[in-house]
Amino acid sequence: MASDDIWILGIHMTKFGKHPDKDTVDLAAEATMGALADGGVSMREMGVLAAGNLLGGGIGQQLQKQVGQTGIPVYNVANACATGATAVRVAYMAVKAGECDMGLAVGVEKLAGAGLLAGGSRKEDSKTWTPAGRYGAIAAIDGRIGTETMPGTFAQIGMEYGHRYGGATFELFAKISEKNHAHSTLNPLAAYTKRMSLEEIMNDVMISYPNTRPMCSANCDGAAAAVVVSDAKLKTLSVEQRRRAVKISASILTTDPYEEACQVLPNVNTLTRNAAKQAYEKAGIGPSDLDLVELHDCFATAELVHYDNLMLCPEGGAVDFFNSGATWRDGSTPVNVSGGLESKGHPIAATGIANLWEIATHLRGEAGPRQIEGAKVGLAHVIGLGSACGLHILEKSAA
Amino acid sequence: MVVGVKTGRECLDRGGASLGALASGDDRSSLETSMAAPIPLVDYLVLGDEPHLVANECTSCGARFFDRRNACAGCFATDFRKVDVDSSGEVRAFTIVAFAAPGIAVPFVSAIVDCGGTSVRANLLNVTPDPEHVTLGMKVRLTTSSMGVDEAGTEAIGFGYEPA
Repeated sequence: MASDDIWILGIHMTKFGKHPDKDTVDLAAEATMGALADGGVSMREMGVLAAGNLLGGGIGQQLQKQVGQTGIPVYNVANACATGATAVRVAYMAVKAGECDMGLAVGVEKLAGAGLLAGGSRKEDSKTWTPAGRYGAIAAIDGRIGTETMPGTFAQIGMEYGHRYGGATFELFAKISEKNHAHSTLNPLAAYTKRMSLEEIMNDVMISYPNTRPMCSANCDGAAAAVVVSDAKLKTLSVEQRRRAVKISASILTTDPYEEACQVLPNVNTLTRNAAKQAYEKAGIGPSDLDLVELHDCFATAELVHYDNLMLCPEGGAVDFFNSGATWRDGSTPVNVSGGLESKGHPIAATGIANLWEIATHLRGEAGPRQIEGAKVGLAHVIGLGSACGLHILEKSAA
Repeated sequence: MVVGVKTGRECLDRGGASLGALASGDDRSSLETSMAAPIPLVDYLVLGDEPHLVANECTSCGARFFDRRNACAGCFATDFRKVDVDSSGEVRAFTIVAFAAPGIAVPFVSAIVDCGGTSVRANLLNVTPDPEHVTLGMKVRLTTSSMGVDEAGTEAIGFGYEPA
């Protein structure tokens, strides 16, 4: 008898990096065709399309025109850096609700050369002081009342953890980046695959202390797509399709509940912890069961706090946990064996599907030289500032 | 805020942030005869003999907001009162920003300051912007600084925190 489980049937990511000859529709189409082929299905079987392209706006219908128009509902989703995970969750929910038995989620971004980008409250300085906006500001407040840049915001998030628990030095954060750059050397789809020494990382251009340039996620182009399927439908498919299907044991989306300070410095901790708790309970899996984790290292300073938020370590113990070597690919809980956002790259809306692709590829035993041997369960996490946390736990098929 | 979620890997293509006119007070001398009252950078900065910040405080749960709310984000109550925020505090988090928007002098220190239980985001002023001089937990107090005058001769006053 069929269960109400939902499965990933097909999944694909494009090479992350610079794609000057491809537009967002081309990249989204490449990921889509890849995911459909991987699942052994076509647009004909898709009952819903959830599409994310944060900077370009709705792309779902353009994608249909590129790969197949069947009249299905399209949900164009935007949820900051959690956009891709949100698209997956929309398709998941549609299948879970019984509206259809297969759905497609796609995320794509063109971000190469985007430069330093910041928050939303910046405005042009005028020639006379004129109060405007919610704060009656007479000039742009970014840079004048603290920073709204992403490297600066996440630097403060890491430093806050250090203030609370100690031990979070510049060198420690740089060592996290050293790990992810080392991991990236085994991932041919990563935007950057060069190993960097601790010294190189620390002596690189300082962006926002303690984050130097290689400690920041790489702006790049890329897309990823996934086909999800109901358990009942999967049971009608071939042995090979069932064998390669990956179970979505938990699909969670949270926002941050109100706490003091959360509207001053975004709190990426509580909503991640809440998502993790829900996911572990739903999946019946604990953090120690995870064979690998892809978490949202948009900056090296962010990776540290998420060790704690995802409960990979005791509360307050993230520094010791990292120093133990646990998160290197040969450690007890390999984190970001793809190279993470710092090396693989962070084409925003694609990220939350690309990290599922990484986990699924290991669970299928198809990760080649960077395979985590015997991987059976993995966790993928993204944070969109503002905030949204998308979290998925995937399990290897028993078939 | 949601739309602006970006990263800084390739921020070198912006070049170094340059000093803009508004970041310096140098043009004040030519307009020194102006008698217009100074204007605060934001409306939650109250100028006068003892400059300080004000917040909208939920009368039900005490949550504080620097801009308007229809209902409290914490408890959904709808009554608020203006309260003064402590002008002394402790640095709970900071970063030294080396790449910023055009017109913002770098490096500068951005910090989250715990002012008697109310968190405030601001720049740290009158401190050397390096990790030797800025430390987590350092005690600071509110201070103001001139942002220069506009074409009408009005002086703008910003705020930050300096070592106490």
